[in-house]
Amino acid sequence: MNLAFLGPQPADGRPKLPGSLQVNRRLDQWLRMLPEGVVVLTPGKVELGQGILTALAQIAAEELDVALPRIRVQAAATPTSPDEAVTSGSLSVQESGMAIRHACAEARGIFLSVIAQRSGVSRDDITVRDGDFLAPDGRLLGSYWSLAGAALLAVEASPDATPKRADQRRITGTSTARLDLPEKVFGQPRFIQDLRLPGMLHARIVRPSARGATLLSVREGPLPGGAVIHRDGGFLAVLAAQEHHAEAAALRIAARAEWDARDTLPEQVEDWLAAAPGETTTVLERAAETPDPANRISARFYRPFVTHGSIGTCCAVALWEGEVARIWTHSQGIYNLRADLVKAMRLPAEAFHIQHVEGAGCYGHNGADDVALEAALLARANPGTPVRVLWTRAEELGWGPVSPAMLVDVAAEADAGGRLLRWSQHVTSNGHSGRPGRGQLPTLLAASMLAEPFAVPNAINPPLAGGGGAQRNAVPGYAIPALQVRMTHLAEMPLRTSALRGLGALANVWAIESVMDEFAAASGADPLAYRLGQLEDARARDVLARAAEMANWSGRVRREGFGMGLAVARYKGTGAWCAAVAEIEAAERVLCRRLWLAADVGEVINPDGTLNQIEGGAIQATSLCLLEAVQHDARRVTSDGWESYPILRFSEVPRIEASLVARPEAPPLGAGECSMGPVIGAIANAISDALDIRLRHWPFTPENIAKAP
Amino acid sequence: MSTSFHLNGAAVAAPIEPEASLLAALRGPLGLSGTRFGCGAEQCGACLVLVDDLPQFACTLPVSAVDGRRVTTVEGLGTAEAPHPVQRALLELQAGQCGFCLSGIQIRAVALLREVPRPSEDQVRAALDPHLCRCGSHNRIIRAILRAAEEMAL
Repeated sequence: MNLAFLGPQPADGRPKLPGSLQVNRRLDQWLRMLPEGVVVLTPGKVELGQGILTALAQIAAEELDVALPRIRVQAAATPTSPDEAVTSGSLSVQESGMAIRHACAEARGIFLSVIAQRSGVSRDDITVRDGDFLAPDGRLLGSYWSLAGAALLAVEASPDATPKRADQRRITGTSTARLDLPEKVFGQPRFIQDLRLPGMLHARIVRPSARGATLLSVREGPLPGGAVIHRDGGFLAVLAAQEHHAEAAALRIAARAEWDARDTLPEQVEDWLAAAPGETTTVLERAAETPDPANRISARFYRPFVTHGSIGTCCAVALWEGEVARIWTHSQGIYNLRADLVKAMRLPAEAFHIQHVEGAGCYGHNGADDVALEAALLARANPGTPVRVLWTRAEELGWGPVSPAMLVDVAAEADAGGRLLRWSQHVTSNGHSGRPGRGQLPTLLAASMLAEPFAVPNAINPPLAGGGGAQRNAVPGYAIPALQVRMTHLAEMPLRTSALRGLGALANVWAIESVMDEFAAASGADPLAYRLGQLEDARARDVLARAAEMANWSGRVRREGFGMGLAVARYKGTGAWCAAVAEIEAAERVLCRRLWLAADVGEVINPDGTLNQIEGGAIQATSLCLLEAVQHDARRVTSDGWESYPILRFSEVPRIEASLVARPEAPPLGAGECSMGPVIGAIANAISDALDIRLRHWPFTPENIAKAP
Repeated sequence: MSTSFHLNGAAVAAPIEPEASLLAALRGPLGLSGTRFGCGAEQCGACLVLVDDLPQFACTLPVSAVDGRRVTTVEGLGTAEAPHPVQRALLELQAGQCGFCLSGIQIRAVALLREVPRPSEDQVRAALDPHLCRCGSHNRIIRAILRAAEEMAL
């Protein structure tokens, strides 16, 4: 989804460099030394609560040979930070981490050469200890800090730097505590929602009564706290000096606004998916002659629209100063956001200085970018005055981008021994990326509501080589002679769709792993043995065997009302491997009681942080498949509160055991999304085990279970 | 137009309309942003505070309701130098991801441990049910509260 999304770099004759260093080649874009003994690290990836800044600091400290507390990680900002596109796709360690590893190794080498030359001590005899360069007799020859002013890093990286070998690493591979967590625990201002600038106005947006509605009129009337209205076409907002006045005023204006509303949303999403126009493409095709099958399975899996559900609502602050708009945002991609602000506001890129500030976890493309445009529009109308926009819970759940509803049609054949012969998978979906910065039109919500509106661009599915969207993980990881994978990208988009953690992988892995269980049952095989026999990928077999062992799969005992299931996938077909075993209890509704997870993410920078991500993804996946579906009527999303869009609560959360397969020599692969598909597949199979039904409809509620064949 | 109460041990007067929410008073004129806005409808627990030692949702509680009473927010529980046992345990177990839900959860935990000093795991889960966490840090948070209970019982 990130740099990989751009595809291969143009052959400009310059040497290939690791990760984002390829497109941000100067070392001083990544780090600088301060005389007081500090390394300032300036990645372009941003903290989302996943602990990336801590992992990057570990990598830098490791290669530079400085103590970790010396690393000060600076949040990304335009125009100075390296452009690392979007923090998404479980790619930050690969892209930013490997750039920083290389850049820091090279920086260390440059300082070493200069100090060796100046001191006359051979490079090979100098040791670096916490930033000090020492002669064999312990004499201090110099330091990063003593040469901080020498501009030694104002150079392009070369391909020659040699980072440490796996067996030389001491800081990476350890469970360092998160750098950002203490301030969050102690309630200190750190989130974008906490940002307060002198003289700042608080704004609220008044949303249309329906999708695509146009604003006819707003009745005049008194507003609390001197609140004032801002109107530009159908973009309607209110500003006040005090936040609660803006909040109250927005409610009053909503009651006074008259909209021309019409029906735009499908009555029945599953039927609409099957009937809507779209473009069908082949993702992968492998022809083979196969014998007559003993078993055929053909099934349609339906997943509804689901959404991000951040606990904190979207927020941005903007200040228009002369020719420059300063914008504080929790966007996952500040340069991408800038590109769409340029289009939506018809201004040059230089007009925007964008600063990342941490927000609540977003799990993909939520309204963070949308609210930044809204703040910018209001700041432009109030030059010199900072404007803060905060979304309500109803906006967060009702107006942010949603993750597409999907159909996954599988038709597969196996021989009498259960061996797979043919597999066809057809995914029907809207695009899984409506992120800004990638097309001709801005994707930001307010852009379509202005007096001079922009059309809403259809969300896209990036190519499989870039991770894919709807087709992510649509290619089964099993040995299958004849394979056909197709995708229908729908041409109409009733609800604005975009990326949610895992994208199409969740529905695809669910479908594949369900069908695998059905074939196992048809041939009388155990689901574990059946899979192990058809997985050619040794690392996939390893995680599956590990998870099964953790869960005592072979010794499991059937209990009335309980079921167990398992599933495995390699995320995107190119990322981390993960296997899950689930135990569910089927009472009035289904609860997932326990999960056992085994993952192989290659080299692990921070084991505890990685486990936290894997476990977090597993719980979010449990919530998504057991409870979640966006509800709407013909005009608007109606699941705009936590009662109508429930997510998993503490007493419903499964107990989890997770473990990592150690591969210190293997390239790191990212951990944030790999557990989600396997967990959903394992839960579905566990429900089948308990109730002897096959789930075809998400979420796995009593109502949908009742529909199951 | 102001309401006087004790906030984290100090006497304060909040210059805001009495019908405004306690959350608006805290995050606005009183300048304490540790108490979070999450939903405004008592459904997520992000805004939980203690009023005279009892947990209350600050998002819907009118500030007039705390006139003359004692209010404790996350900022009043502890500091980096002198953390509350719940805070120390949360950090020791790295029990959080984005951290947005943790202010309200800490307040709930402190209220629970005052009522039930040695809760069972199921009691902790049940007590936390009014709180939402979207990152999936639930199990770590539960373990941290149990660890804090152990420490406080010593």
